[in-house]
Amino acid sequence: MDVRAQISMVFHLDKCLGCHTCTVACKNIWTDRKGAEYMWWNNVETKPGTGYPSKWEDQEIYKGGWERTKSGKIKLKGAGKMKGLLNIFHNPNLPVIDDYYEPFTYKYLDLIESPQQEMQPVARPISLITGKPIDIKMGPNWDDDLSGTPDFARKDPNLANLTPAEQESMFQLEKMAFYYLPRICNHCLNPACVASCPSGAIYKRGEDGVVLIDQDVCRGWRMCITACPYKKAYYNWNSGKSEKCLLCYPRLESGQAPACMHSCVGRIRYLGALLYDADKIEEIASSPEGDLINNQMDIYLDPFDPEVIKAAAESGVPDSTIKAAQDSPIYKFVKEWKLALPLHAEFRTLPNLFYVPPLLPVMASVTQENDSDGSELNEMSKHWTDKWLYDTSIDEIFGTIEQTRFPIKYMANLFGAGDEALMVDKLKKLMAIRIYRRYKTVGDISQEKSDQALAEVNLTEEDAEGIYYLTSLAKFDERFVIPAAHREQSIEMMESTADVKGSTGFGFIEKPVRGM
Amino acid sequence: MDMLLFGALPYVAFAIFVIGSIYRYQNGFKYSSLSSQLLETEKLFSASVAFHMGIIVIFLGHFIGFFFPSLFSSIGGTSLVILEIVGVMFGVLAIIGLVMLFIRRVTTDRIKVVTNRMDLVIEVLLILQFILGVVIAIEMKWGSSWYASNMVPYLHSIFAFNPDIAGMVAMPILVKLHVVGAFLIILLIPFSRLVHFLVAPFHYITRPYQVVRWNWNRKTIRDPKTSWDDIQRPKNN
Repeated sequence: MDVRAQISMVFHLDKCLGCHTCTVACKNIWTDRKGAEYMWWNNVETKPGTGYPSKWEDQEIYKGGWERTKSGKIKLKGAGKMKGLLNIFHNPNLPVIDDYYEPFTYKYLDLIESPQQEMQPVARPISLITGKPIDIKMGPNWDDDLSGTPDFARKDPNLANLTPAEQESMFQLEKMAFYYLPRICNHCLNPACVASCPSGAIYKRGEDGVVLIDQDVCRGWRMCITACPYKKAYYNWNSGKSEKCLLCYPRLESGQAPACMHSCVGRIRYLGALLYDADKIEEIASSPEGDLINNQMDIYLDPFDPEVIKAAAESGVPDSTIKAAQDSPIYKFVKEWKLALPLHAEFRTLPNLFYVPPLLPVMASVTQENDSDGSELNEMSKHWTDKWLYDTSIDEIFGTIEQTRFPIKYMANLFGAGDEALMVDKLKKLMAIRIYRRYKTVGDISQEKSDQALAEVNLTEEDAEGIYYLTSLAKFDERFVIPAAHREQSIEMMESTADVKGSTGFGFIEKPVRGM
Repeated sequence: MDMLLFGALPYVAFAIFVIGSIYRYQNGFKYSSLSSQLLETEKLFSASVAFHMGIIVIFLGHFIGFFFPSLFSSIGGTSLVILEIVGVMFGVLAIIGLVMLFIRRVTTDRIKVVTNRMDLVIEVLLILQFILGVVIAIEMKWGSSWYASNMVPYLHSIFAFNPDIAGMVAMPILVKLHVVGAFLIILLIPFSRLVHFLVAPFHYITRPYQVVRWNWNRKTIRDPKTSWDDIQRPKNN
């Protein structure tokens, strides 16, 4: 057993309000540079929608991630030793700038320097690449809030295996719904970008599992852009190097939460350590399709198990990291309560960013009062207007889960690797917590029903309180449990700290100029 | 003049190539393929593939001839004709690719932004060099044969630090230009994007797919028995 620590994340989608504060925080710190204007290491997408870059989930286009061969092994879909080196002169699966969008700004000076004239002056958009005026055709969140539109929502790659009837039901005006999907790099256990890099520039940090691109070694072969199925590796067209989310490791090393998480208005983000068994990565990444998620959950170890603690210490995991893994909100969400799921586990990269799927507005539906459905509603249904009923009926426990506005299959395509039962289980858990809290606070649900709801999803009252607390009340230090980096301590052990002052964090400072 | 071009220039060129490339490497950041595929991919496909295939085959031809001249000088008859035809074909392929690359570079707005003077200089030089090479191959028959018997001894004499330029001086002007062009291109490598061929990723073939880096050796760093002398600061710190 080779125990290692992994900094991992949970995003609670029910709480995401789609404000893009995370995106802006990240932008301002990391990608506000020439060549990086088009990169959004953190972005927020509207689902159903095509996302950024457009249709990134469709691996028939971009050939990202791993695929399982008939012999049960895995290989990179669009890169790897053979394909990568053969396609090195021209990578046929590389997204181009138009798949993201052409970065732009406006000629604001024209507003100020305009002479007095009859018409209002206009600030024309200009390309941040060529500096010439352009017609803006796309932006990083061009489908924001545009669920239901033919150009975006209906081209969502996750709709591919839904029946036309199911698709139609999602896009009826009265039933239309959407939710937000914030995305950063998943810092995968089996990263395809690392495996695809011909130069060996991309690596996973042993101590905390952050995946980074060594700018000194990157040669711009751009295979990582293709290989990352989440399209979270980006090519800087100015410096000729690839870049990606670095999980704000300079902040992590000093005990601060990453900028996107720190700034999150909805407090949807959680960060903490998980212990995992590095010996099992290949085996688990090669699991048959149906077992992928369950097997991935098995790779994360119980930090309270004395044997795991012993093995972790032998593998050089510091005590403080083990303690952090025990306090980790991620461990609770992912392993203890089994509430969070990885995004698109079928890409086989074993991502370490987990999502608590959204329950609302998925659960609620709108019915007309004189409908036959409407007459069956109990007194808990709320009148929305005179004629319409906003149905949150829970007379039959979980009765409405199967009648969600989004077909379960659609949600399962995103978070369950297609496994609908897994998806139903998570949604039922979320519903049970609501029923429990309703019983506790409002009191119009009997204890019997609440107990029944919790029992059905194998949660105890203690669990329910824990989930409730971590979801809605948890403070900063409970949402972000960051193990110490120990680099400073290691330096202190053997040399004068004054000698290395200023040399930790970013050791490499070079102007990002193109080679001659 | 001949002494300067064929006796001194090669040493200047190789010295600048070696020292310049090492100097530019330093921490490695300045080495990149400087790919522009993100900005424009369609025109790049045929241009880049044609050029690279062409130049790799032609380079290998010259390279093999340099190391095993007997291989080429002993070839005769049909195989020589085939060898020549293959050479000319790949030479022309490279020219087509280069011209397409050049046109793409000067006509595409987005590519102009990532073009500097050296990109154009090296591209024009390569085009001229390839045209010269193809013309020589067609005009002065059985180049692969006389390259091995007449040119390789001169090149060998350079690397033996005893340049014998007599044979070189007797060559026609086209060949002289081709040789000088080659030295010029070698000289310019460290100043141009051509350096990326020096870091071609052959080590990828033998490398395991996943790469993990540790800041410290995790087994020893916390072991009190580890001698302080064995612990070194991580290179990336």
